[in-house]
Amino acid sequence: MISEETRSKIDAEIERYPQKRGALLAALHLVQKDHGHVNGEAARELAEVFEIRPIDVAEVVSFYNMFYSEPQARHHVYVCTNLPCSLRGARSLVRQIEAHLGIHAGESTPDGRIALGHEECLGACAYAPMMRVGETYHEDLDLEKVKAILDGLD
Amino acid sequence: MALKAPYVTSYLTEHFGDDAFGSLEGYEARGGYQALKKALAMDPEDLIELVKSSGLQGRGGAGFSAGMKWSFMPKDSEHPKYLVCNADESEPGSFKDRILLERGPHQMLEGILIAAHATGAEKTFIYVRGEYACAADQVERAVVEARGKGYVGRNALGEGREHEIIVVRGAGAYICGEETGLLESLEGKKGQPRKKPPFPAQFGAFGMPTTVNNVETFSHVPHIVEKGADWFRGFGTEKSPGTTVFGVSGLVQRPGLYELPLGTPLEEIVFQHAGGPLEGRTVKGVIPGGMSMPILPASQLDVPMANEFLRERKTMLGTGGVMVMDDTTCMVRASCVITYFFRDESCGQCTQCREGTGWLNKIVERIERGAGVQEDLDILEDVAGKMEGSTICAFADAAAWPVQGMLRHFREDFEEHIRQKKCPFPGSFEL
Repeated sequence: MISEETRSKIDAEIERYPQKRGALLAALHLVQKDHGHVNGEAARELAEVFEIRPIDVAEVVSFYNMFYSEPQARHHVYVCTNLPCSLRGARSLVRQIEAHLGIHAGESTPDGRIALGHEECLGACAYAPMMRVGETYHEDLDLEKVKAILDGLD
Repeated sequence: MALKAPYVTSYLTEHFGDDAFGSLEGYEARGGYQALKKALAMDPEDLIELVKSSGLQGRGGAGFSAGMKWSFMPKDSEHPKYLVCNADESEPGSFKDRILLERGPHQMLEGILIAAHATGAEKTFIYVRGEYACAADQVERAVVEARGKGYVGRNALGEGREHEIIVVRGAGAYICGEETGLLESLEGKKGQPRKKPPFPAQFGAFGMPTTVNNVETFSHVPHIVEKGADWFRGFGTEKSPGTTVFGVSGLVQRPGLYELPLGTPLEEIVFQHAGGPLEGRTVKGVIPGGMSMPILPASQLDVPMANEFLRERKTMLGTGGVMVMDDTTCMVRASCVITYFFRDESCGQCTQCREGTGWLNKIVERIERGAGVQEDLDILEDVAGKMEGSTICAFADAAAWPVQGMLRHFREDFEEHIRQKKCPFPGSFEL
């Protein structure tokens, strides 16, 4: 499952740490970049690379919010609903986005294009409400801006 | 999207409006890396003394003396020593480290390299929260530039004295901002905090002596080395010298970043700099230092923003994240958001925290729904009191304090929900 190219990148990461396992998070990021998630097969292969048990990999995957063990929609749209954003209307915005997409937060569109979710503070508190689409932050939002961003996603 | 430069700047952020400052060339053109050269010519002991005498306190939340922390590193260690830069900024209401990473990566790296000379560390791990991909990219780019110039790598700290810097990306877990949770994560494990002692200076990253400092703490260091402890003490209060970058959010006219001396009165930040409340509203309460810190009512905004004064008001500076709530805000709703966060982020290791955060959230939500009873307020205080100081790390305290603060200053909001059996603030933000 892990390509040779990714494997060599993982090996390079391992070189940077005093102990092999230090590179596990970096390896998980690399595998997820290729496949969108880290499934059981990938976890087993990583366990072999890192000389740990598959359960050790699985528990790391399940501990961190940004790792997924199941296939995901093409785009993750996460709206911050922590206090600074909520004070400035983030939760009303989530409801409007839900209506626009026809799904609830925590679900994906049936075509597998967009997954919508709430997220905790993303460190953009003065520019609320805000959301991240994958790695990209979008700030000072309203429904019109969100619609334009979502409509632009493939 | 690039972050907006602070509205008020001082020595840390004065060049943040200037894109060139992020590059090595631009940084050096503005005097960058001169402090490192000066530091490398100094005896490490003298360097630690300088930072101690400057009174620089850690800017990650706990406010511990940075120089003291450095001095805990063993002098004659046969093992390698490490530094960790905590860039896992996740305290709700805090966004200052993000701009320091994105706009001033070399300033932080210079601080790290000076600290490496002072402590004898051979490697630094910069742990950046996973969501800050843009910030991590900037820092990685800056490390490559610094390596090209010989500031990082073999002979970085003088002939035969190597220093390597490794940028590590987290993956979304608030608890990894706790320094030993971070160390576990760095080792490729779940970020569950460790029991202390042993402290990181004895047993840190990969079991080696380690010092962990926050992004902003490192960023102050080159200025102290270049201009001296007395100069640094010219900013702030006697016990809390220097500036900090306050992040103002919530219901104010001009939310944003403001670099101001420690000890600046909270009301000056809220009313003068951030422009005060929205049209036709009044300020009701302000969380002074990120969501873990207890709220202050409008009547107490005269407090100078430094720990020695904030402690008298039963709160702390934390990360300097100032969150403003106004007369429309329902404090029970605000407590729902706060308690949900801690329930969601508890690592689950200690019973008091795992169970307590859930109970606090359930009871507060019940009160908000109009199904609360008077006795619930006693239970909230009891649970919060039992969580405080009884767990491996300070997360449980951080979850208990805001609830205690809300009950201390806004008990009426809770009692009114119970009396009316509904939320009496129809105009409050939506849950």
